[in-house]
Amino acid sequence: MEKLNSKIPEGPLAQKWTKFKSSVKLVNPANKKKLEIIVIGTGLSGAGAASSLGELGYSVKNFCYQDSPRRAHSVAAQGGINAAKNYQSDGDSTYRLFYDMIKGGDFRAREANVYRAAEVSTQVIDHYTALGVPFARDYGGTLDTRSFGGVQVSRTFYAKGQTGQQCLLGAYSSLNRQIKKGNVKMYPRREMLDLVIIDGKARGIITRNLITGEIERHGAHAVVLATGGYGTIYYLSTLAVNSNASAAWKAHKKGALFANPSFIQIHPTCVPQLNEFQSKLTLMSESLRNDGRVWVPKSKGDSRPPNIIPSEERDYFLERRYPAFGNLVPRDVASRAAKERCDAGFGVSETGLAVYLDFTDAIKKQGKKAIENKYGNLFDMYVTITGIDPYTEPMRIYPAGHYTMGGLWVDYELMTTIPGLYSIGESNFSDHGANRLGASSLMQAAGDGYFILPNTISNYLADEIKIPPVSTDRPEFVETEKAAVERINKFLAIKGKQTASSFHKRLGKIMWDYCGMVRNEEGLKKALTLINDLKAEFWNDLNIPGPDSEVNQELEKAGRVADYFELAELLVTDALNRKESCGAHFREEYQTPEGEAQRNDEKYAYVAAWEYAGEGQPHILHKEELNFVEVEMKVRSYK
Amino acid sequence: MSKILFSSISKKFVMALAGIFLLTFLPVHLIINLLLLSDNPAQFNSAAHFMATFPLVKIMEIVLFATILVHITWGIMLQIQNWFARPVGYVSGSKTETSFFSKFMIWTGASIMIFLILHLFNFYFIKLGLVKGNPEDFYSVAHNLFKIPLYNYIYLTCFALLGFHLFHAFSSAFQTLGLNHRIWTPVVKVVALIYSIVIPISFAFISISLWLFR
Amino acid sequence: MKLTLKIWRQKNAKAKGTFVTYQMDNVSPEMAFLEMLDALNKKLVEQDIDPVAFDHDCREGICGSCGMYINGHPHGPVPAITTCHLSMRFFKDGDTVWIEPWRAKPFPVIKDLIVDRTAFDKIQVAGGYISINAGAAPDANANLIPKKNSDAAFDSAICIGCGACVAACKNASAMLFVSAKISQFALLPQGQIEAKDRVRAMVKAMDEAGFGNCSNTGACEAECPKEIKLQNIARLNREFYKAF
Repeated sequence: MEKLNSKIPEGPLAQKWTKFKSSVKLVNPANKKKLEIIVIGTGLSGAGAASSLGELGYSVKNFCYQDSPRRAHSVAAQGGINAAKNYQSDGDSTYRLFYDMIKGGDFRAREANVYRAAEVSTQVIDHYTALGVPFARDYGGTLDTRSFGGVQVSRTFYAKGQTGQQCLLGAYSSLNRQIKKGNVKMYPRREMLDLVIIDGKARGIITRNLITGEIERHGAHAVVLATGGYGTIYYLSTLAVNSNASAAWKAHKKGALFANPSFIQIHPTCVPQLNEFQSKLTLMSESLRNDGRVWVPKSKGDSRPPNIIPSEERDYFLERRYPAFGNLVPRDVASRAAKERCDAGFGVSETGLAVYLDFTDAIKKQGKKAIENKYGNLFDMYVTITGIDPYTEPMRIYPAGHYTMGGLWVDYELMTTIPGLYSIGESNFSDHGANRLGASSLMQAAGDGYFILPNTISNYLADEIKIPPVSTDRPEFVETEKAAVERINKFLAIKGKQTASSFHKRLGKIMWDYCGMVRNEEGLKKALTLINDLKAEFWNDLNIPGPDSEVNQELEKAGRVADYFELAELLVTDALNRKESCGAHFREEYQTPEGEAQRNDEKYAYVAAWEYAGEGQPHILHKEELNFVEVEMKVRSYK
Repeated sequence: MSKILFSSISKKFVMALAGIFLLTFLPVHLIINLLLLSDNPAQFNSAAHFMATFPLVKIMEIVLFATILVHITWGIMLQIQNWFARPVGYVSGSKTETSFFSKFMIWTGASIMIFLILHLFNFYFIKLGLVKGNPEDFYSVAHNLFKIPLYNYIYLTCFALLGFHLFHAFSSAFQTLGLNHRIWTPVVKVVALIYSIVIPISFAFISISLWLFR
Repeated sequence: MKLTLKIWRQKNAKAKGTFVTYQMDNVSPEMAFLEMLDALNKKLVEQDIDPVAFDHDCREGICGSCGMYINGHPHGPVPAITTCHLSMRFFKDGDTVWIEPWRAKPFPVIKDLIVDRTAFDKIQVAGGYISINAGAAPDANANLIPKKNSDAAFDSAICIGCGACVAACKNASAMLFVSAKISQFALLPQGQIEAKDRVRAMVKAMDEAGFGNCSNTGACEAECPKEIKLQNIARLNREFYKAF
């Protein structure tokens, strides 16, 4: 198990980070300028890291596939960002935030990393506020907070329903400052095609310029992946449609282990699919479940308009199954319950794949004005998309793929198993275990980027100061570039009939049906066969018109889908391997008689980190045992 | 510094200030013109004489000409830049609902300029001796001019266009100067509407009465 | 429903573009506009024709990637939404739909409906930030900010940088975009220290990019998908005069 040294510092949990920082190797300011760092991605973690590293004096190159760093998908986060500030004096603390995350993650995350994420959360809020992020405030001028699912304190800072956007624009502004100073060079509209490894260390990347089609080589002393999650493996998800796993997957194929790939959060409240060409499932914030009641008709196939169905003929299934938490059960539980009703034939709308989220009672009790104040922008968005007015008719919602807890395996320093390759934000696996709590993704991404990586990376770079700027003429660059070009040519040579998106859609359906909210051995095995067949069809019948020497969005998609086929196999393999139910991973074989998730701590209290063994070879499993010192493993119950 | 002075906002600032000064000039001119309605030419002529000879007014006249020149030059400069900023237009046009008259400021402005040139020939150049006529009897000059139907057509058209120009210009100048207020901006807009109707109508009233009712 | 699409096709930045007509049958009113284009592109790729290139990403109205000029309006005829949120139920059977890229000198066409908006980034790089290093910030509650100001700053800060304001303006002016950022920081105490340098630098970058001048027409406000107000431009003007 040489590969999995998580490098957790000694000492009590609360002292680990402080101790680490005070003993970490440093780089002399004069040497920093000579050290080049590549950062892929400009979301909260990527832009945060690029600007922080720039502030420290490193030479940073920052890449994104969008036309501007301001468009990274962190922009779409709605609800808020957690921080253990305890401004409400309601008993919050770093420890409590840490505990909530560990428990919410169903005891499948690493204690030391989670504690640190909770610890730096307060700095994140301070920094964003200083950057001019207009968080909501109280009349006295102090910052306001609200509460979120799965916790008992009010620690979520927010900016209406656009917290992610405001934080991202804050990060973008700090990045801009470093671009102006010349510490960061920005490369927008670039797609990372591969990672270059020299003497076992990450030394650069190969990119495609999405405007000119040029294949470019970029060398550096270290490479940081801040490339987000792979939720679009389901095709339909709450993610940006161009979000992809390619950068992480390429790193994986070059030796970075991939951890817990099957841990994908399905968000319960999304606008359901309305037509066969639908490209996106828009999220409706979790906060709606504070006032909305979820129900389906009691009789199968009841196609009456919702408003005329009398209340005794409605099944408020969350309230029925979970009387204690009711409509506010965690995301994984709510999602599965909705799926269960729809699978049993009680779903509504033409597709039968939707449940009602009804605000009638809340409007009656609190008045329309109060509901409008709380959720006005979400209601507007819903009516824009569907044409249905949620003030007069219940919303239709259905779960959708949302966030990937799994990702590249990293140690305490956020380094992958490839020396010099780091992974931060959603692209790594480290902080959320098997399920993420609301409002902690922004917190983790920003913490990783601004405060953790800039401190840990010097431990590696301190030994790199004698390495001259990496020459991109080295044979490793030449070979990697050649392989990337060959792959592009292979895509273009297929000249079949079907679009990359149509394959993506079919792959997404396989994943959703067999490796979505619930999984079982039979289905997963079937999925493996289906994925393989579809993959073969893809490589035989894909069509990409147009040359590679200019904008070619079909080519971009093809590369991403091809990688998704491979990741899909690993995802299913991981789900097959984990013979227990935990958090978002629900295996039908492992449930309590009441239909709740049943963990197997004895056998599966580990991080499943998979090693790529070569084309066509089965992945090799490495286990990082999870040792819970500070918390006791318990059964999550919301009854 | 020169870059700040000639930045887009500075140029707009100059336009707005010049415009506001011109807005104050119009009522003064109107008051004098109202004397044309009197049957006694001496009243108008003495006012005209005063305007032509009083030293302070002489100074203001220079300021006025300078202002007009600046307003025109800056306006053309800005407009050329604006045209350059969109070399290719939209085939489907613009269906955005916006302040209608603001789209034609350069054209309403240009027609006012043409009128001004005409006006210079008719009056000011007489004073300078460049054009034949009696500078001490502008009353008769005016009355004679308003007897010519074509002159009235041009005059009335130009004042209608002036109204359009003023309607946008009035509130736009405040916005450019940064004077935007929750309560006062709507008030400014109402005042702008009244001003841009009353001033041109009054001028038009004089022309019509001299043309048709004398 | 059936639609006739007239789409601007331009192979690359240097090529000469032209409108190409496409017939779309079976457009469902439940589709989003971009999904209708996806359907068109699927058809084109299956016929081995280069599909229509357009920028898009989040498809939930917040990233600012998408933007096309549809029948005389940036982001189409429905106010306060982005193209990705435009539903096909707002179109009628038999409609002809003109689809054009943003038109402005600082936004050159890259391909078809994709334009280069780096001019916006350059403006932000010039001064759209508050200078503070990570770790140097005081406690978030150390500076109290009146709720009114904070809320107003938020209302300005929600600009998504899509460029619809420039596309709508008859002068291709970027004043609304610049004013949104200037306003956000002008309303917050954190933004005061660098206020003068910021406004000078950002206006300079805006002018250098070749945007037109504001003539207070208000098309930007009318077409802004996030309903950024003209008051921001007045505030930008004030901030600029203060910086002399």
